[in-house]
Amino acid sequence: MSASTQEINNLINQEYKQGFVTELETDTFPIGLDEDVIHKLSKVKNEPEFMLEYRLKAFRHWQTMKSPEWAFVKFDPIDYQAISYYSAPKRKEDGPKSLDEIDPQVLEAYKKLGIPLDEQERLAGIAVDAVFDSVSVATTFKGKLKDAGVIFCPISEALREHPELIKQYLGTVVPHTDNYFAALNAAVFTDGSFVYIPKGVRCPMELSTYFRINAANTGQFERTLIIADEGSHVSYLEGCTAPMRDENQLHAAVVELVAMKDATIKYSTVQNWYPGDKNGLGGIYNFVTKRADCRGDNSKVSWTQVETGSAITWKYPSCVLTGDNSIGEFYSVALTNNYQQADTGTKMIHIGKNTRSTIISKGISAGHAQNTYRGLVKVLKSASGARNYTQCDSLLVGDQCGAHTFPYIEVKQPSAQVEHEATTSKISEDQLFFCQQRGLSAEDAVSMIVNGFCKEVFKELPMEFAVEAQALLGLSLEGSVG
Amino acid sequence: MLSIKNLTVNVNDKQILKGINLEIKPGEIHAIMGPNGSGKSTLSHILSGKAGYTVTGGSVTYQGKDLLEMAPEIRAREGVFLAFQYPVEIPGVSNIYLLKAALNSIRKHHGQPEVDAMDFLTLVKGKVRLLEMDEKFLYRAVNEGFSGGEKKRNEILQMAILEPKLCILDETDSGLDIDALKVVAEGVNSLRAADRSFVMVTHYQRLLDYIKPDFVHVLANGQIVKSGGAELALELEEKGYSWLEDSKAAV
Repeated sequence: MSASTQEINNLINQEYKQGFVTELETDTFPIGLDEDVIHKLSKVKNEPEFMLEYRLKAFRHWQTMKSPEWAFVKFDPIDYQAISYYSAPKRKEDGPKSLDEIDPQVLEAYKKLGIPLDEQERLAGIAVDAVFDSVSVATTFKGKLKDAGVIFCPISEALREHPELIKQYLGTVVPHTDNYFAALNAAVFTDGSFVYIPKGVRCPMELSTYFRINAANTGQFERTLIIADEGSHVSYLEGCTAPMRDENQLHAAVVELVAMKDATIKYSTVQNWYPGDKNGLGGIYNFVTKRADCRGDNSKVSWTQVETGSAITWKYPSCVLTGDNSIGEFYSVALTNNYQQADTGTKMIHIGKNTRSTIISKGISAGHAQNTYRGLVKVLKSASGARNYTQCDSLLVGDQCGAHTFPYIEVKQPSAQVEHEATTSKISEDQLFFCQQRGLSAEDAVSMIVNGFCKEVFKELPMEFAVEAQALLGLSLEGSVG
Repeated sequence: MLSIKNLTVNVNDKQILKGINLEIKPGEIHAIMGPNGSGKSTLSHILSGKAGYTVTGGSVTYQGKDLLEMAPEIRAREGVFLAFQYPVEIPGVSNIYLLKAALNSIRKHHGQPEVDAMDFLTLVKGKVRLLEMDEKFLYRAVNEGFSGGEKKRNEILQMAILEPKLCILDETDSGLDIDALKVVAEGVNSLRAADRSFVMVTHYQRLLDYIKPDFVHVLANGQIVKSGGAELALELEEKGYSWLEDSKAAV
């Protein structure tokens, strides 16, 4: 191993900065999962009867299913009876009315994460829903959003206050039968965000949800539903972190987006779940189903994700392009280091006429990590004039890691145009030396090269988060080069 | 400025440099010439700190400090600049971004604040004009899709902006047509200063038509076999390297 290889290795092995644990009194269910647990869950959340029915139906279906094995990831079978399905900071009967009633420890935790929920300190122009373990602890700017007609609240609150919208849309994009983890989520989801943008409204600020796993031996089952009604526009961002623990923890989320005629949804993710230590011990299993239905004509959904955390990532944010002229976009940076594994990509299903999709995927693999792009482009007979452009680039840092690409293309419409481009490259010692010879440290050089590689994706992120994402990428890479 | 004493260097247990002695004073231009495989590139790599070489003996003192002890980026910040024979491409990183990052890391090393954005732009645009480059180059990814001549010009642009003390030009003339060579030479000449020294490593004499060296050294088989003034280069051009290698063998 040469000197610069050594430096690169040191660089990628950096500490996870969000790995602290908050000591709290919690209401936590005993471990285990059966129909009683689901009854209890539904009751503690004070849900309408139809939700309990929905959950039970999903649970019964889940029991008939098997954990999927097709992804290019390896892990020991998960013992679903060893997980607690609900954990929440203890609080008064009706939940906190204002920040004063939230456990100061929880507020402190968010402050430490750089997400102040306090009135004076909150991020200007961004409304935040803070989900801590199984519950939403606070949602900022609710009043201002309400004036614009926008509903932005925890999904558990929406279940009680807007049951008609939930009934109409929940499970219509990702049905409870969709896949193993989606079925499990439908049975036991606890909280997440709900967004409804009424007709013709341009949401006056960025909406964001910050997910934090704190409690041990729990799973987080997030459920998010965003509905953009005709001609509306919304930009939404989610962030995720968790403490450092030696055990793996499961985060099985379902996100559903519905874009009606002429509506636009921009959904950005900066995922930084605890990735496990440098020997691959611990970390979050991030098994997520995200799908958008471009239901109306001329609708548009854009997914942007920066995935740097999790021991295992299994997610494919997808677009079903139902409406004519609808547009689906997927911009992804997935970085894996040490023993992280990622199998991620997208599905673009072209149904409507003249539908268009763009896929830009940047995979970076360092240490002993395995990084897989898996994507499906499907053009149905009905989608005349459909177009897709896919670009899939992999960057290898060091010689112990792997990059894999599995593109699936199914075209049933002769007028469709589908393009796929893929490249694989490696940060060379010559590039590093060149940068060092210009005065940059090896660390800054790697970070600069990787950021350059990811530029096309970063420019899709909302400004405030592009900066955060770049910094995060630098952190996640520390100690990685070889 | 630079003092090399009895330097011996191995690559994979094979001795490449076999006792180099060289003194360079501020403001001087030294040309290192020699046939292929004589150790010219090894010398420029060892001075700039590239990995993969083992120093087995001797010393290199730069401005009173042990150069070989310094990490490559420290050497760069202390004013050692290598114009690469084969400049690398860095996709996605714009030239101007690299220039600014490099300049700021050097300024930081010297306890100076980061360069002001407007001042930087003025500085860079001035140098771009000097090297007859298109401003668009600044916004293109580092060396990506550049022609051989453009890459070399880009190296000189970086040199002009970073204002090093010791400039090492490794085969800067290779791959350049005569017009590009002139532009590059003019760029180098404009950087000549009383406190700045140059080491030009080259196989051919033609670069020296445009940049006049104070000293010419002939490197053969890992040793400096002959040193002289600018006229030595012309003699080499005429007679080739073999007479020196032969004479060395006879000694």
